Amino acid sequence: MLRFEPRAEVKWHHEWLAVAVALGLTAATVSAIFVLLGLDPASSLHRIVIRPLSSEYGISEWIAKATPLIIIGVALSLGFRAGVWNIGAEGQLVVGGLTGGAVALALYGISGWFVLPLVLLGGVLGGMVWASIPALFKVRFNASEILVSLMLTYVAILLLSVMVHGPLRDPDGFNFPESRLLHDAARLPRLFDAGRGHVGFIFALVFAVLGTWIVKRWHLGFSMKVSGLAPKAAEFAGYSRAHTVWIALLIGGALSGLAGVIEVTGNIGQLVPNISPSYGFTAIIVAFLARLHPLAVVPAGLLVALSYIAGEAAQLSLGIPGAMTQVFQGLLLFFLLGAAILVNYRLRWGGPH
Amino acid sequence: MDATLIGAIIHAILVASTPLVFAGLGALIQERAGVLNLGIEGLMIVGALAGFVVALSGQPLALSVVAAAGAGAALALIFAILVLRLEANPVATGLALTLFGLGVAALFGAQYVGASAPPVKAWSIPVLSDIPVLGRALFAHDPLVYGSVLLAIMLWWFLNKTRGGLILRAVGEDHDAAHAMGFSVIGVRFLAICLGGAMAGVGGAYLTLVQTPMFVEGMTAGRGWIALALVVFAAWRPLRVLLGAYLFGSVTILQLHSQALGISIAAQWLSMLPYLATVVALVVISARGVQGTSAPASLGKTFRVSR
Repeated sequence: MLRFEPRAEVKWHHEWLAVAVALGLTAATVSAIFVLLGLDPASSLHRIVIRPLSSEYGISEWIAKATPLIIIGVALSLGFRAGVWNIGAEGQLVVGGLTGGAVALALYGISGWFVLPLVLLGGVLGGMVWASIPALFKVRFNASEILVSLMLTYVAILLLSVMVHGPLRDPDGFNFPESRLLHDAARLPRLFDAGRGHVGFIFALVFAVLGTWIVKRWHLGFSMKVSGLAPKAAEFAGYSRAHTVWIALLIGGALSGLAGVIEVTGNIGQLVPNISPSYGFTAIIVAFLARLHPLAVVPAGLLVALSYIAGEAAQLSLGIPGAMTQVFQGLLLFFLLGAAILVNYRLRWGGPH
Repeated sequence: MDATLIGAIIHAILVASTPLVFAGLGALIQERAGVLNLGIEGLMIVGALAGFVVALSGQPLALSVVAAAGAGAALALIFAILVLRLEANPVATGLALTLFGLGVAALFGAQYVGASAPPVKAWSIPVLSDIPVLGRALFAHDPLVYGSVLLAIMLWWFLNKTRGGLILRAVGEDHDAAHAMGFSVIGVRFLAICLGGAMAGVGGAYLTLVQTPMFVEGMTAGRGWIALALVVFAAWRPLRVLLGAYLFGSVTILQLHSQALGISIAAQWLSMLPYLATVVALVVISARGVQGTSAPASLGKTFRVSR
């Protein structure tokens, strides 16, 4: 009989074993789905993964999609370590995009170096305000942050919709639900000549390093980890749970809001009803893929961003629905979560001793 | 406003609410067993597609419903194995279930987009359906509407009046104590997840079989999340889920008819109401902590036998 036996000691390579197993199983299952759809897996994968990346434009688009995933993924990996389940990063992203975009529209036509920082700050604050609602309710009333942040995501999306249909609508836009195009001073500079890759990616890398530093070197990182792993021990050590909840959600809100305003100012260039293809939810997968290590969020974010690129390519060149992206993401998350047991247990043949 | 319009609106509210009733009860049975499943949306859409495909092949309604329930239960089984056997994080697993379900349904459902399911005949209840206005509004529905009400009552009866229900609640409230008393925590949760998955699948199928009746990618449109909200709003009680679903359904219909009713605020503000109401309900319930209205104590916690 195949059974699980607890490992005496968990080493770092056991974590990567789990990730490798999950990636292998995902690739195998996706190939099987291609066969089921009557496609040749090898050439299909080449067409949707390798070919889109073999141009400067492709790389640029890839980086543009990875940017919000990495920024939010870093924040969530910190929060999840502390056992604070901020599932509403998508809502914080949307509100950040909305408030940052509103600041940009308020400063419309004004040029100067100070415009962009103000716009970004607007996004950060918006996200923080949105995240402070579940934090307050959790600390004050013990209401589940999972459900509150999730519910507020839908409120946020509707709020953005109201605003672009009403107050923030382009006055010369023939009643289309869009704001006017942001002026250049409020736009994040591009990184490449082609595609939409922008400076936000540099921010993402900086946050990944900063996050790692917090986890490894700061007392804050340690107290958050203890609070997540052993709440009772944290209590005895004098770490306040309320403090941890606030910090985790405020970091989550700040970075998600930043990701939102970066999407608006770097990628889209105006406010539209739909500013994110669920980056806030997908970043949860990224955080898990990275096994909650902020630095590992960078490759994880790039990999998951690839699923968006591959999904678009699959639609264009293979004629299969773009939903392939979600299938891939779902499968990857399933296998990652399932394979995580290999970190703490090993597979053994035979009965118990 | 004339009586016919009121009757039509009530009729429409019941139709709009029925998927929420099924899905909400599906989420409820799992949560009462201590399982938080964020994958309801994925279970619904897979059920929607399965039921639709069977209905298109000319099978009777009952078989379509069974297919939807089966598909929902099968997908829920993946969740159960991951969370219960492999001790995966339930929050992330539920999210994966939603992504996967939406993706798979869109992928394999693309070929059915544009087709239309055969109409489902209404069962007019004799005598009652002859009551002016309310008769047509309440008692001339398809069998699934009555089924959803019946299911809520049955679930209430099961949870509160039977030994099985008591065991299920014990597992949800304190899994260690239930285990110590000799009940199989994992077994009870497996059953609850699969049954809940089946109910969510039927909720999805109501959309494709009766309400629209066709299949479109992502057509559940967040109803799975509303269902989760509904359970909190209903303080984990089956009959309140029923009432809550009708309340949430009314908001949807109100929105559609807001212009005809002379309401001049943007539809989005109305759409926010269910979510905001849920947050308020959650805060009130959590703050009061009154016995019997709070969340099952073991909700979302991983159970390990070795402890």
